[in-house]
Amino acid sequence: MTDLGSQRLKDRVALVSGGLRGIGLACVERFLAEGADVVLTDLDAPGSTLAEETVGRLGQAASYVQANVTKAEDWDRARNLVAERHGILHILVNNAGTDLTGPVESLTDEAWRRIMSINVDGVFMGTRAFAPMMAESGKDVKGGASIINVSSIMGLVGMSEVSAYNASKGAVRLFTKGIAIEFAEKKMPIRANSLHPGFVVTPLLKEGFQRWVDSGVAEKAQDLVDMVSAKTPMGRLADPTELASAAFFLASEDSSYMTGAELVVDGGWTAQ
Amino acid sequence: MGKRLEGKVALITGGTSGIGAGTVERLAAEGAKVIFTGSNAAAAEKVCAATGAQFIRHDVCDAEAWNALMAQILEKHGRLDIAFANAGTESGDSNIEDITIEGWNNVIGVNQTGAMLTVQHAMRAMARNPQGPTGSIIVNSSMNAHRAMGNFVAYSVSKAAVIALVKAAAVHAGNSKYQIRVNAILPGVVETALISNLIEKSEDPAATRSAYESLSPMGRMAKVEEIAGLVAWLSSDEAKFSSGSEFTMDGASTAGMNGV
Repeated sequence: MTDLGSQRLKDRVALVSGGLRGIGLACVERFLAEGADVVLTDLDAPGSTLAEETVGRLGQAASYVQANVTKAEDWDRARNLVAERHGILHILVNNAGTDLTGPVESLTDEAWRRIMSINVDGVFMGTRAFAPMMAESGKDVKGGASIINVSSIMGLVGMSEVSAYNASKGAVRLFTKGIAIEFAEKKMPIRANSLHPGFVVTPLLKEGFQRWVDSGVAEKAQDLVDMVSAKTPMGRLADPTELASAAFFLASEDSSYMTGAELVVDGGWTAQ
Repeated sequence: MGKRLEGKVALITGGTSGIGAGTVERLAAEGAKVIFTGSNAAAAEKVCAATGAQFIRHDVCDAEAWNALMAQILEKHGRLDIAFANAGTESGDSNIEDITIEGWNNVIGVNQTGAMLTVQHAMRAMARNPQGPTGSIIVNSSMNAHRAMGNFVAYSVSKAAVIALVKAAAVHAGNSKYQIRVNAILPGVVETALISNLIEKSEDPAATRSAYESLSPMGRMAKVEEIAGLVAWLSSDEAKFSSGSEFTMDGASTAGMNGV
């Protein structure tokens, strides 16, 4: 029987993009609590208050590298750091993402390309950068290495004035299935699954709600929280730790036969 | 984290063999008090001896017997936290041209009506839990819900039907302000004793094994304990914001084009 105590990711190395905030940070904290070494990437400068405070608080097992997920050279730098510091990578969470809302006819080319670049190119480039290393590292792990791509319920169902975000998260969903089949058929020991959060209390969500308030869609952000809660069968939004526990399941040996699948954590939103 | 299911009471139908027996073992190992049902008392004895779980002989299709079963569980434990609607059959199944009404009724009765009765009685019990209406209900569907098998029409239909059952029950729980979650698992081919026997008894066991294994791009079948790990996760508070969803664990069998 598997050891069901803590430390189930002992001797594992993980990388989480967008690791300074929200779901990414919750994943970082959970993986550390389970005994993994974690490299987190984000846009902030290494000397920034947030990066310094976060990494200082997280301790020795955590390290930070500044990286823009849309830039191949930044992924190269992250890979070099992982190679130097650990030489292995078992878990990759392609989490960094952004949002975009508005009527389709009002979306600019730049805004469209920006969200596709961050949400889709970022997942592709992260996978490309680390697949060879993970194929090696995965040989020593039951079920192999694990890539966790953060999609959304908006990658499963459409929503008015969310078309660009829908398109980007739908792309993540099917990119994940493609690589899952590819790795499995080539006997590369890497599993790949997509994670589909519903509405989660994160800085990105709060910023998005504030923009809706600013544009007059709602009077105050709490009204939007109440509206979303009322439309969710479980009657509330998710906490980032509830996504981290799903990411942990996908990172752990318990999901050793799960690849090309979708893990939905949405309080019942897409069931109705 | 320790034992994630310490203090929880779990009911597993069809627990005497296969995925059911593996899940009895896993939930018990994580600290749950497990009650399991089935019809094979001899097989049940072995599971009880290995896990310390309690066996109650019970037929999932017997609507009357459900009341007695739940009364027995609640009298002893006073609560129900986890229910795994696992009992299933393909006995009497065939293709659409050849299936008899008896065969159809048997498969639909166990897989579909049996699952409905399990979810119904579990939700009624959980709604009255002493700490408030909480719990996790898991229904064993199959990847065949989405990829039908020509020679198993009733099985394919029943496994698709229970996904709608799960969603309707999850939405009802939300409407009722229950913190009761209902989810479906969709395993691929799992190397249970049933499948092993089918392989051994086939004309060319090696070819049959290979055919099963090649359904997954991973080139192997799932092990019972891998599916049990998914059930354990859904049973635990780790999954406390997931409800009304499908959890596929099939080694990418359904992620791509069928037969490619």
